[in-house]
Amino acid sequence: MRPSAINRLKVLVPIKRCVDYSVKIRVVNNAVDTNNPFDEIAVEEAVRLREKMGTKIETITALTIGPTKSQETLRTALAMGADKGVHVEIPESSSPEPLGIAKTIEALIKRDKPDIVIMGKQAIDGDQGMTGQMLAGLLEWPQGTQASKVVIREGEKDVDVTREIDGGSETVRLRLPAIITTDLRLNEPRYASLPNIMKAKKKPIEKVTPESLGVDLTPILETVGVAEPPKRVGGGKVESVDELVAKLKEAGVV
Amino acid sequence: MLSHPLRRAAFPSTRLLRTYATPAGASHTLLFLEHSQGAIEPASLSALTAAQHLKGKITALVVGGEDEEVQRAVEHAKKLDGVSKVIFASSPTYKNLLPEQVTPVIKASLGKDSFTHVAAAHSTLAKSLLPRVAAQLNVSAVPDVISVSSGDNGTTFTRPIYAGNAISTVRAPNSVSPTIFTARATAFPKAKVNDGASSVEASKLDLTDAVPGVEHLETKLAKSDRPDLAVAGRVVSGGRALKDAETFKKIIDPLADVLGAAVGASRAAVDAGYVDNSLQVGQTGKVVAPELYIAVGISGAIQHLAGMKDSKMIVAINKDPDAPIHQVADLGYVADLFEAVPELVEKLKK
Repeated sequence: MRPSAINRLKVLVPIKRCVDYSVKIRVVNNAVDTNNPFDEIAVEEAVRLREKMGTKIETITALTIGPTKSQETLRTALAMGADKGVHVEIPESSSPEPLGIAKTIEALIKRDKPDIVIMGKQAIDGDQGMTGQMLAGLLEWPQGTQASKVVIREGEKDVDVTREIDGGSETVRLRLPAIITTDLRLNEPRYASLPNIMKAKKKPIEKVTPESLGVDLTPILETVGVAEPPKRVGGGKVESVDELVAKLKEAGVV
Repeated sequence: MLSHPLRRAAFPSTRLLRTYATPAGASHTLLFLEHSQGAIEPASLSALTAAQHLKGKITALVVGGEDEEVQRAVEHAKKLDGVSKVIFASSPTYKNLLPEQVTPVIKASLGKDSFTHVAAAHSTLAKSLLPRVAAQLNVSAVPDVISVSSGDNGTTFTRPIYAGNAISTVRAPNSVSPTIFTARATAFPKAKVNDGASSVEASKLDLTDAVPGVEHLETKLAKSDRPDLAVAGRVVSGGRALKDAETFKKIIDPLADVLGAAVGASRAAVDAGYVDNSLQVGQTGKVVAPELYIAVGISGAIQHLAGMKDSKMIVAINKDPDAPIHQVADLGYVADLFEAVPELVEKLKK
């Protein structure tokens, strides 16, 4: 664990540009892109930590790994309250795996030495939900996944994370530096106001390449194909409760 | 990280060794079994079925905090169809199965034999644990798979992406060793438990020291006499239209009771505070596939459908005839739920 001379925390928030969650998926190119909703929650949480802890939060850095268009994602995070952005630019055609993404974030963490990393629990396109845990594994840092509550303790050495688990919740105390992934219930992300959007345009975004960080994003797994799931066809309507009960009995489900 | 040819060029000996230790087609899976009070979790029994599709040996791993409970789970695990060996570890360190503490246990287990695969149910625990393990072993992982098959050129999986709106097929080449995956419980039937005595050998793993930096403070479980949502044969779910927590209970509970069903909810109902979030069905909550799913006052947003559209029979009660839920429902009833549900309860009681 890295001792910090002054207890001022650096927060890193990795985010991803995804297709909008309300869009019915057909062709990704034509769809509306937006921030991964879980990542907006991560940005919001970082900004709320600053609102609560003031100068004890040194910086909030938003990070994204993606094609040129991903800069918009960073601007949104900056408009919400992040101080600066880091954009690891990759070609539009590449689709790195969570392990590659985790290694890229790891490289930046080793360079910038944040104390706390807050990120979404999953991206809503790949639905893998692995990057945070992989990152924690690579760094051997403690992890608080699916967080619904985050409290940094007095002295800024530990963080208490309440996690959503099957059947309820559990609270763990993690020694910083640590990785936190956000559940939907953690907070309600704010809308960026117009003045803040304007201000965000002046905030710095640093561009780096995977090569400069010494990471290779070549996938280990081979994607064989993507297909439509089997279509489910609705079976029509019933007119009364009696008809409903009769049909349920007929189907043998009650 | 190096690309495959580079990896092979850089580590030719590991590649050769692995081929030697595991002749083509012979897989050996380390299956992480979850248990509750000594009984193996149903989702883990489904993961066992997924592992059986690899047609090789399966060694089960049982980890827990109390010796007696772990012993009971080990006895149970020995009787599972297709399990040829059991490895177990028990220590107060593992009591709450924190990923930081269990990761070294899995790594130590992998050292016991030449495993080609590591599998587990796609539970909250495994979701936290296996990616951490994968990263430390420098391998990818494939989460939430709905099919598994192995061939000469690797292991092929299918898994839903984009909230179940597309199915992706991925292949892990044999050079990825071990191949790590979690299985969606509702996509695989539960493996059989063999009655009678078992000659399967169980070996205790030497304890690993606790990893510093993480401490468990408390666990709060939502108490319920109803069947567990993820594995229930019938599910009754309520949405935002239920108005408040009290109304939700008053309307949904009697219907669940008369059907012996588990109660679920849409994200809107959870966010509005009607029910505990552990009951949420959807992309970001639980994925269920019961015999009967009754959606009450749920419009059927993409994120909700992702969690229930593989149910055998879907019934929708919604007063909006254009609600998307009616497009997937086998039986749709356009009616006011406050009248329809109590009437349905009365008629089902007869």
